[in-house]
Amino acid sequence: MRKIEAHILTEAVKNLCIEACYKLPQDTYEALHLLKETEKSASAKLIIDDLIKNADIAYQGEFPICQDTGMAILFVEIGQDVHVEGNLEEALNEGVRQGYVQGYLRKSVVAEPLFERINTKDNTPAFIHYSITQGDKIKIRMAPKGAGSENKSLLKMLVPADGIEGVKNVVLEAVKKAGPNSCPPMVIGVGLGGTMEICAINAKKACMRDINSENPDKRYAELEKELLALVNKTGIGAQGFGGTSTAICVHIEWSPTHIASLPVAVNINCHAARHAEIII
Amino acid sequence: MSQNKIRITAPFSPETAKKLRAGDQVLITGTILTARDAAHKRLIETLKKEEKLPLNLEQAVIYYTGPTPARPGLPIGSAGPTTSGRMDKYTPTLIEKCKISGMIGKGYRSEEVIESIKKYAVPYLVTLGGAGALIAKSIKKYTVLAYEDLGAEAIAAMEVEDFPAIVAIDVLGNSFYEQGQAPYREL
Repeated sequence: MRKIEAHILTEAVKNLCIEACYKLPQDTYEALHLLKETEKSASAKLIIDDLIKNADIAYQGEFPICQDTGMAILFVEIGQDVHVEGNLEEALNEGVRQGYVQGYLRKSVVAEPLFERINTKDNTPAFIHYSITQGDKIKIRMAPKGAGSENKSLLKMLVPADGIEGVKNVVLEAVKKAGPNSCPPMVIGVGLGGTMEICAINAKKACMRDINSENPDKRYAELEKELLALVNKTGIGAQGFGGTSTAICVHIEWSPTHIASLPVAVNINCHAARHAEIII
Repeated sequence: MSQNKIRITAPFSPETAKKLRAGDQVLITGTILTARDAAHKRLIETLKKEEKLPLNLEQAVIYYTGPTPARPGLPIGSAGPTTSGRMDKYTPTLIEKCKISGMIGKGYRSEEVIESIKKYAVPYLVTLGGAGALIAKSIKKYTVLAYEDLGAEAIAAMEVEDFPAIVAIDVLGNSFYEQGQAPYREL
């Protein structure tokens, strides 16, 4: 059994928070450059160019990519042959606390959603999804998630008869409702199948995939391309000012589901599809 | 979108407000005030109770933003726009009762807000969502004026120089979102 001291996880999470908020992932950065070439609207090309400039300024480490440095979402995969010495969850939260304070990031979490909505002032708690995997390593993926895009999430419990057309309609509905609010060009994650909560998590995982990746199942990979083409016909464009670059990519993650269900979830990331990961 | 950038001063004079057209690119110099969800809620609750507001909003240009903390030696952190639609419920009151002269944010507005924009000649501008680092370069000073306990959501005066924005809804009710998207809309 490999032992990992909890403070090592704290340090790792702290660094991930800062890295994710200042350094746009390389795949996203390259995708923006590519969009600038393919975009048909001259105005939208200028907008995309400004988004690239923004990423360049943020990379220097003084100003985060966006002022909404988000809720800290952590996907933590723990190998079954690892023992964490200390309090795992507290260590992860401490990492978020240190990252958001030391990284001059905005604290955007309220302790309770409805009545007083008091800011926790250190951006905790983190929103953590654990899973147990093979091996003796711990993988942590951190994704800061702002509300402009998270608020435009959509979940619909379709039925099997709704089929592929039903899925397309849900994705289009989400994108049209999001419009400029989700800061397009968007990265769109679509969850299919599972139960209500599994479907939503699938959508979030889909958002975090490498921009250039495609679903390993060819049928779903084709559907990803088809959905992207559809979304880019809405005309919304970069920042909603019109054009052909409404989305950078559409990714699908799916799970088995009930004979009577076809859950569809849509989770949207803005053009700053922020995430960072580490394997310990 | 206009290719030329028009230099304007904030607060907006009635002449400036009236001449701006949807799609105009502008560079704003002067003072703008930050206020977002929590500050709007408090302002409106204060007005409802017929109590005195903590500051005079007359002529203010309201910028919907909640910046990241400033690093030592810098006036501010990242400071891009937040979604304006969340303020829609409060905005007609700010326009009619507080007599603000303009708004800056991102995204669509409700029909009620557009009616107020037209009736009171208060234009709605937008700036680039998710480009808070780029925008921060045009902000020279940030001074909290009210609701300090709200942290990033406090009301603050921002001194800006050549702050980049685009007119989204002009005082005639024209929408740059609609004008921009229509030629590319295939479904």
